[in-house]
Amino acid sequence: MIARYRDIILAVLAALTLIAGVSIYPLNKKINLGLDLQGGMQLVLEVETDKLPKGTTVQDACERAIEIIRNRVDAIGVAEPLIQKQGESWITIQLPGIKDPQKAIDLIGQTALLEFKLVSPKALDEVIDKDGNPVAKKLGKDLEVVAGKDIGSRYLLEKLQLMTGASLATASVSTGEMGEPVVSFQMTNEGGRAFAKLTGDHVNRQLAIVLDGKVYSAPVIRSRIGGGSGIIEGRFSWDEARNLALVLRAGALPAPVRIINKEVVGPSLGKDSIDRGLKAAVFGTMLVMLFMAFYYRVSGVIANVALAINFLFLLAILSWLKATLTLPGIAGIALTMGMAVDGNVLILERIREELRSGKTVRVAIDNGYSRALATVVDSHVTTLLTAAILFFLGSGPIKGFAVTLFWGVFLSLFTAIVITRAVFEMRKQHVGLSI
Amino acid sequence: MFELMGWKKRDWNFVGMRYGAFAFSGVLIAIGLYAIVMMGLGKGKMGIDFVGGLTMNVAIDKVVSLDDIRKGFVVGGIGEAEIQQIQSATGQRLLIKLRKSGQDKDVQALLTKIAVGAVVTVEGVQEVGPAVGEKLREQAAWAVLWAIILITVYIWFRFEYRFGIAAAIATAHDVIAMIGFAYVMDKDFTMLIVTALLTLAGYSLTDTVVVFDRIRENLRLMHKQPFNDIVNKSINEILSRTFVTSLTVLLPLIAIMIYGSHVTYDFAMVLIAGIVIGTYSSWFVASPILVEWEHRKRLAAVAMAAASQNQPKR
Repeated sequence: MIARYRDIILAVLAALTLIAGVSIYPLNKKINLGLDLQGGMQLVLEVETDKLPKGTTVQDACERAIEIIRNRVDAIGVAEPLIQKQGESWITIQLPGIKDPQKAIDLIGQTALLEFKLVSPKALDEVIDKDGNPVAKKLGKDLEVVAGKDIGSRYLLEKLQLMTGASLATASVSTGEMGEPVVSFQMTNEGGRAFAKLTGDHVNRQLAIVLDGKVYSAPVIRSRIGGGSGIIEGRFSWDEARNLALVLRAGALPAPVRIINKEVVGPSLGKDSIDRGLKAAVFGTMLVMLFMAFYYRVSGVIANVALAINFLFLLAILSWLKATLTLPGIAGIALTMGMAVDGNVLILERIREELRSGKTVRVAIDNGYSRALATVVDSHVTTLLTAAILFFLGSGPIKGFAVTLFWGVFLSLFTAIVITRAVFEMRKQHVGLSI
Repeated sequence: MFELMGWKKRDWNFVGMRYGAFAFSGVLIAIGLYAIVMMGLGKGKMGIDFVGGLTMNVAIDKVVSLDDIRKGFVVGGIGEAEIQQIQSATGQRLLIKLRKSGQDKDVQALLTKIAVGAVVTVEGVQEVGPAVGEKLREQAAWAVLWAIILITVYIWFRFEYRFGIAAAIATAHDVIAMIGFAYVMDKDFTMLIVTALLTLAGYSLTDTVVVFDRIRENLRLMHKQPFNDIVNKSINEILSRTFVTSLTVLLPLIAIMIYGSHVTYDFAMVLIAGIVIGTYSSWFVASPILVEWEHRKRLAAVAMAAASQNQPKR
């Protein structure tokens, strides 16, 4: 290596370090924290494909469900939610920093299928046996027994779905006659016309308002209702009424969904994880640096400087790639700090050995690098391979670990080969080399 | 110059100790294989992420004895819950595990009842349905399979035949012994443990590569000496290097175990065991296998030569 080349490398390195340093400032804005660190909730929903309406494909249903869930999540007001399809019929939802997970679950998980059906003029007693169970033969194919919202109540309905919530233009909370909360809705123009016809055709019949398979109310139609507005009563609390209005506005899910995975991390747990993770990483790195300085003296200190630059670059890469830092990811950083010095250890040991066998400093350094280099690179290939596998096949926290492991080790090769080499080139001039 | 004490005079007879080492490794592998079989039979402690279930992280602002809580859970009908105390700066923090999902509200209600007058805060919930567990098992299996394929392909390209076989055996040895360790320590077999296993599978080759590279270098320099001596000399020459590279990885892992979150505790512990085993195997397993290989080859060559001499002359 000629001196000019060395100077260029050092200059490029200084520039890169500066860029890396600037690009990660301020750190808390530039590094993406995973849900396990910043707190929040992750849900995996399964669209119940066996309950899809006829003529809907799973693909369509999932896309529609995602759109509607997005509307609902937007209505709660979560910063940077992530909602995406996973596999065939799963939907992953990440809500970072959410304050009230249960409310979000209630909102997201509710199908909110609103249906209008007629109550059969037949008495319920006619179709049930002495134990109170409906008899299939007596029901025929047009009738069904549906539970009411009040516990124990049941209604005999005609199966035919006259209208659905799809005809609604908007819904809001208002106050009923007794001052109780009710949800009032306004239909679209088209929906209003259909509703007027429906009510006109069935004057004096009971119209059941069914939400997610439960009858909320079944008022008698006194006369044709124009204008397409109405109310849903159901002994709501104010919160329930507000949530119902919200989900009705956002639209119904094409099929019911089931929560198959739920992860909630409270903000204090996240903070605790960050604190512990950082403490471990800082202590671990300090131990490594102390050992290197103690065992290899000046060369160890140079390796430590390279390690610090390595660390800085690692953070910069994480921020450039918009990678997510998770708790295992922090452990991965600490681990790679230990692996990163491996390259330097191998090279330094080789130089020591060359010096011991009577070579000059200059030759020892050249030999140390040229002979140890292949071993250094080769010994890290499999770690990079496994990190890549974990990245592609792992999810969430594991992916976070794979990212830090891969780039940590990758950068350590760079620092061991380029940075410490450049410094050693400068030290070649000195005769008394302490390694 | 500074070196670890007692390491200056390095002429330990690693090759001579190989039968003892093979016996010891045999025990490690037997335990590991037993653990794998038990897990295959569904008798291992699989992690909740793989089989589905509930993990709750709960803070109670008053200290309630673990015995009382366990009794309360039995009375409340959730006696199968695993309850564990974890470090906390304030009050009490519990980790509750159930191998069944859908009961987080019951657990919370029960705890509020047991810890009379205390505020029970659910800090974290992880609830995994069976379908998600199955998916994760599938992912883990693929990851293991790919790791085996890629590492084997790498070894195949990197080493000549006998070195490759020895390296592959040493790596398998480390991972199997590590599974045995996790089993004996009664650790939940989670995705994070699988991650530790794969990380070790990748890292364990580091030391082996270092040792083998030196053996190959010395084979060129001193091809007239007995193979045993070359191997022994090589291991001794790079002893401090393999020791130091392992130590620098152990240091952060120890820090993670002591100061880190309970989430990464088992991960660090299993990986520490793996790295210790990996260093041991690069000295006592990988290289002695080469020696055995060489012996067999020589014996076979001698036998062949003898056989050809004994052939009746015509």
